[in-house]
Amino acid sequence: MIPLIEARNVTKIIAGTVPVTLVKDINLAITPREFVAITGPSGSGKSSLLYLLGLLDLPTTGDVLIDGRSTNVMMEDERAEVRLSRIGFVFQFHFLLPEFSITENVALPMRALGGLPAHAATSRAEELLTSLGLRDHLHKTPDQLSGGQRQRVAVARALANDPPVILADEPTGSLDTLATSQVFDILRELVTLGGKTVVAVTHDLNLAARMHRRIHVVDGQIVSDEATTPEANVR
Amino acid sequence: MNLILSIAWTHIRHRARQTLVAIAGVMMGVGFSILMAAMMEGSQDDFIKTLVDALPHISVTDELREPTRQPAELVYQAVEFHGLTPEARRPGIKNPMAIIASLQSWVPGTLTPSVQSKAVLRFARRNLTISIVGIDPRTEVGVSNLATHMRQGTLASLYRASNAILLGDRLANKIGARVNSNVTLTSAQGAVMTARVVGMFHSGFRAIDETTGYVLLKTAQILEMQTGIVNEIRVRARDPMNARLISERVGEQTGYRSISWQEAQEDLLSTITLRNVLMYTIVGAILLVASFGTYNIVSTITHEKTRDIAILKSLGFRNRSIRTIFIIEAGLIGLVGALLGWLLGYLLTWGVASLEFKTPFSDYNHLPVLYTMKHYLLATAVALASSLIAGYFPAHAAARLHPVDIIRGAT
Repeated sequence: MIPLIEARNVTKIIAGTVPVTLVKDINLAITPREFVAITGPSGSGKSSLLYLLGLLDLPTTGDVLIDGRSTNVMMEDERAEVRLSRIGFVFQFHFLLPEFSITENVALPMRALGGLPAHAATSRAEELLTSLGLRDHLHKTPDQLSGGQRQRVAVARALANDPPVILADEPTGSLDTLATSQVFDILRELVTLGGKTVVAVTHDLNLAARMHRRIHVVDGQIVSDEATTPEANVR
Repeated sequence: MNLILSIAWTHIRHRARQTLVAIAGVMMGVGFSILMAAMMEGSQDDFIKTLVDALPHISVTDELREPTRQPAELVYQAVEFHGLTPEARRPGIKNPMAIIASLQSWVPGTLTPSVQSKAVLRFARRNLTISIVGIDPRTEVGVSNLATHMRQGTLASLYRASNAILLGDRLANKIGARVNSNVTLTSAQGAVMTARVVGMFHSGFRAIDETTGYVLLKTAQILEMQTGIVNEIRVRARDPMNARLISERVGEQTGYRSISWQEAQEDLLSTITLRNVLMYTIVGAILLVASFGTYNIVSTITHEKTRDIAILKSLGFRNRSIRTIFIIEAGLIGLVGALLGWLLGYLLTWGVASLEFKTPFSDYNHLPVLYTMKHYLLATAVALASSLIAGYFPAHAAARLHPVDIIRGAT
């Protein structure tokens, strides 16, 4: 089976007077329907790894393959196109556009991709938000919602173009216990019921233990990559 | 609404106060540019119109265009003479009536013979050197506005006395002459005559009104002491702008020196061209300053929106789309500012045109202004271009933002 995302000898170094290595010689493959946790101490390079896997950043050396296609040879616009259609992002802070309603926020990626007319994008955005329990808030702006609700909007936006992979950077990092549990359940259901692949960076080892696979990163290198549940598909 | 346009519109809608200030800047720039162009070009057009009305469009004088060709030149092609002075000869245009008849067959306009002379005018012990123009009142009407400039008497009044003269009103006031006063004229040739003032005119040009007198052709010929002399043929072209071309052809046909009003006023027209260059430079500078406001607002928005830009880029928006968002914002500011500037410019121009004004050199009651779409379109084009350029730089910088840098910074 072709991995959805594959990292081959990926290294990221930030140039400067003293060059800083963020990740080093990462080899990793993420296959469909995986629920992967990337853990590690602060500054270990786990978020940097996620950004490299999501084509938000370019590796200094090595290559990231999406659906078996090398992204090193892609132009910036092509990489943007892949991000738009194949990957959904959820960040620690919801990163919603404050001037737009949550429906408009969710419809943005669909309209940017251009597959749907504006009214169809709005309908789908409303469906997604409703499915995530936000039916009563469709016309509100992000600042009118709680942290947990905003993060659910962010998940809805990540799902807008129905990408096979959701990359989440500390998606519950700024939430209280209840909201954390709600968002985690949503992510798990995306895998179990929706057939998506979710890769989430988290500090929370309890949450990581409830995911299928845990990749532990220290000093920019993978020190362990293990299945946490029997159904995990670990390389 | 298109997505990019929708985002741009939302940005500027949520920065209403700053946006309004930037729009006001462009509006003022466009408005005052329109006013300035209207005033400058209006006064220029009015000046040229007055000039064209006051002077003959083409003046054919008795000077020969070139000295007579020398026998050696006629025989040998290689021979050329330079710097020759045309031979002294009897002044005046030869067979003027035949030339006029010949020109009338093709010149699009009207022609009249005249005699240009100088004389010393004496009245009440004052002596003034004046220009005497001998005219034929019947054909003069076709080539000048003298008939409409008459304040007292008419052109036909010249037939009332044997030696009648029409004086410029300023000249008459200067010497204290009135209608029916008798003045003494002494020409350069030594002829002396007593002429009766039969009318006064006012052309609006001080130089003409203070130093010119009109007499009948016959009277001027007596002053020149040469029967039948005509030393100038004046032409009024149907289209004054064609005067230069007609003048060239007239010169070639008659062999006499023919000067169009454009050639006669070449220095003045060059000054007007220079004035236009200055005007458009100043107008451009005004709009450039206005564009700083646009640059400021778009820069501020891009600065405030770095996080949103990172979000959009992380979602998969292309650099070009990000750049377009901010360029559209600048364009919207420029366009709205320019359209409001049209209104401001029109109102200002209307206001200035309704002010009463008087110069010591002419008799305008109102400042002449020119209403032309050209000014509005030009100001809009410059305002839009400068706004788009002002918006491009922050937009370009925004598009080059690296989303990871912003996301890392935020977390």
